[in-house]
Amino acid sequence: MSRSSVTDFDRRNRDWYIDRLVQAVVFIGGISAIVFIIGIFVFITREGFSFIATEFDVSGFFLSQNWRPTSESNPTYGILALVAGTASVTGLAMLVAIPFSLGAAIFIAEFATGRVREVLKILVELLAAIPSVVWGFIGLSIMNPLIIEWFNVPVGLNVLNAGIILGLMAAPIMTSIAEDALKAVPDRYREAAEAMGATRWQVIAKVVLPAAKNGLLGAVLLGVGRGFGETMAVLMATGHSVNIPTSIFDSVRALTATIAAELGETAVGSPHYQALFTIGIFLFAITFVINLTADLIVRGIRNK
Amino acid sequence: MFDVRVSVRVCMMLVLAVMAAGCGGGERRQVIQNKGSDTLVNVAQAWAEAYQTIDSAVVVAVSGGGSGTGIAALINGTVDIANASRVMKTKEIDLAKSSGQDPKQHIVGYDALAVFVHKDNPLGSLTLAQLAEIYGDGSSVDSWSDLGIEVPGCRNQEMVLVSRQNNSGTYAYFRGAVLGKERELRLGTRDMHGSKDVVDLVEKTPCAIGYSGLAYSTDHVGMICVTSEEGKSCVDPTVATASDGSYPIARPLFMYTNGEPEGHIKTYLDWILSDVGQCIILKKGYAPVRGVSCGD
Repeated sequence: MSRSSVTDFDRRNRDWYIDRLVQAVVFIGGISAIVFIIGIFVFITREGFSFIATEFDVSGFFLSQNWRPTSESNPTYGILALVAGTASVTGLAMLVAIPFSLGAAIFIAEFATGRVREVLKILVELLAAIPSVVWGFIGLSIMNPLIIEWFNVPVGLNVLNAGIILGLMAAPIMTSIAEDALKAVPDRYREAAEAMGATRWQVIAKVVLPAAKNGLLGAVLLGVGRGFGETMAVLMATGHSVNIPTSIFDSVRALTATIAAELGETAVGSPHYQALFTIGIFLFAITFVINLTADLIVRGIRNK
Repeated sequence: MFDVRVSVRVCMMLVLAVMAAGCGGGERRQVIQNKGSDTLVNVAQAWAEAYQTIDSAVVVAVSGGGSGTGIAALINGTVDIANASRVMKTKEIDLAKSSGQDPKQHIVGYDALAVFVHKDNPLGSLTLAQLAEIYGDGSSVDSWSDLGIEVPGCRNQEMVLVSRQNNSGTYAYFRGAVLGKERELRLGTRDMHGSKDVVDLVEKTPCAIGYSGLAYSTDHVGMICVTSEEGKSCVDPTVATASDGSYPIARPLFMYTNGEPEGHIKTYLDWILSDVGQCIILKKGYAPVRGVSCGD
């Protein structure tokens, strides 16, 4: 009796093998993200490395705005203007996206109920699914003439245009994460505040938002990461002009857009090609740090 | 013994192939591989399609990818004809020679780079020297008032320079033709990613000036009459002035073959240079190599 039950327990039947197989598949899926990220890092580093080793000088690369990679007599690779372009567009995008996404998140998490809430959530997710080339096209063909007309400026492809477009692109993901952060605030906080006679707005402003502030900060940082990495829309809406902006009506050029525009027709292995990959390494490092910080902050509140 | 068996097998395959072709539609089909310049790709496609009706036994497979791509394929011996909107560099010719190819250049048409301004811009003509002052690095011309004109609808009369991305053939040609070998284009130009984008942006921007292929011109933009030297009369960018060489910023469009073309490739090239072929390039907005009368 006891012998037979032991063999039953030990039996390697079909279910056992299926179980093992599923475990293996899930394990491969789980580690594949790590494998890919290391693979990508190794690839871009290898492509850009000989540039860093030979022609790279820190001040010439980061502190010069002379981006002339195809010059016949004297090619120069200065990305200062490109960094300024990416930073200015992302900064403005955050100014646009934070009020929008925070407002939407508060409404969805605290006020909306039932069907309104479900429809809103679906719409926000739908907004996140619009391809960036469509956003870029909106910037190019709708926003450009509008900005020229409204602000009476010479050209509508500028920091303002790209900032608004990028802000609208980053808002959905920021809304989703901010909403999660607000939902994570325990209901007893709200109940306690209401029991003490706080109005609904007082509950949100004085209790829920402070309690969710790490999650909200994480949402903003992820939006910043999105802004730094976005390519197609900024390529189309910024005007793609190597220029350090002095106002929001100046055309600029983003780091990502430079890679997208120039890599296709660059001879593989040339200094220009390697300089573009060096920009890639730089972008990778920045977004890595931003996303890691955001993740640590969000994780911080979960564990508290 | 082994060799014989292989050659027998090859013979059988050949016989089968011929039989299959025979079943397919009569005589064997000849394929011409044609690759290169994106400027030329539309024309090359039109030629290939029209040639089908002339000689159905020859199929021309056209693909784009840029002048550099086409020339690289010629060097590697994978294409019969490479399209290019620039001449082969000495380095490329050396490379081709060392791998046993002998590139021969054929001019199949001309492309005029027109200088576009907004429709409301009253500017009529520019000299090459003025263009160099507008686009050149360290130049003095920043506003339309510096040229002594006032553009309606343009705030501060600030000039908005539209250019191309720095690795396009159009950019390289414009820089060479207007600024010469040494001088750079100034930074801060709006660098568009396609010939059509330049025209689109200029059309919507009163302050703008830009350059692009004549084939991309529309009724909604103005084109500048260009003077090559002070004192000469200016030349409008047209198909006629591009082919007779009087327009100063027109570039020849090339096809490269490996060695002097022979057989069906020669027939195809001769047809391209015939009146019929040249009328097709004219219809696509580029200039033919000589005056042709096409009728409409």
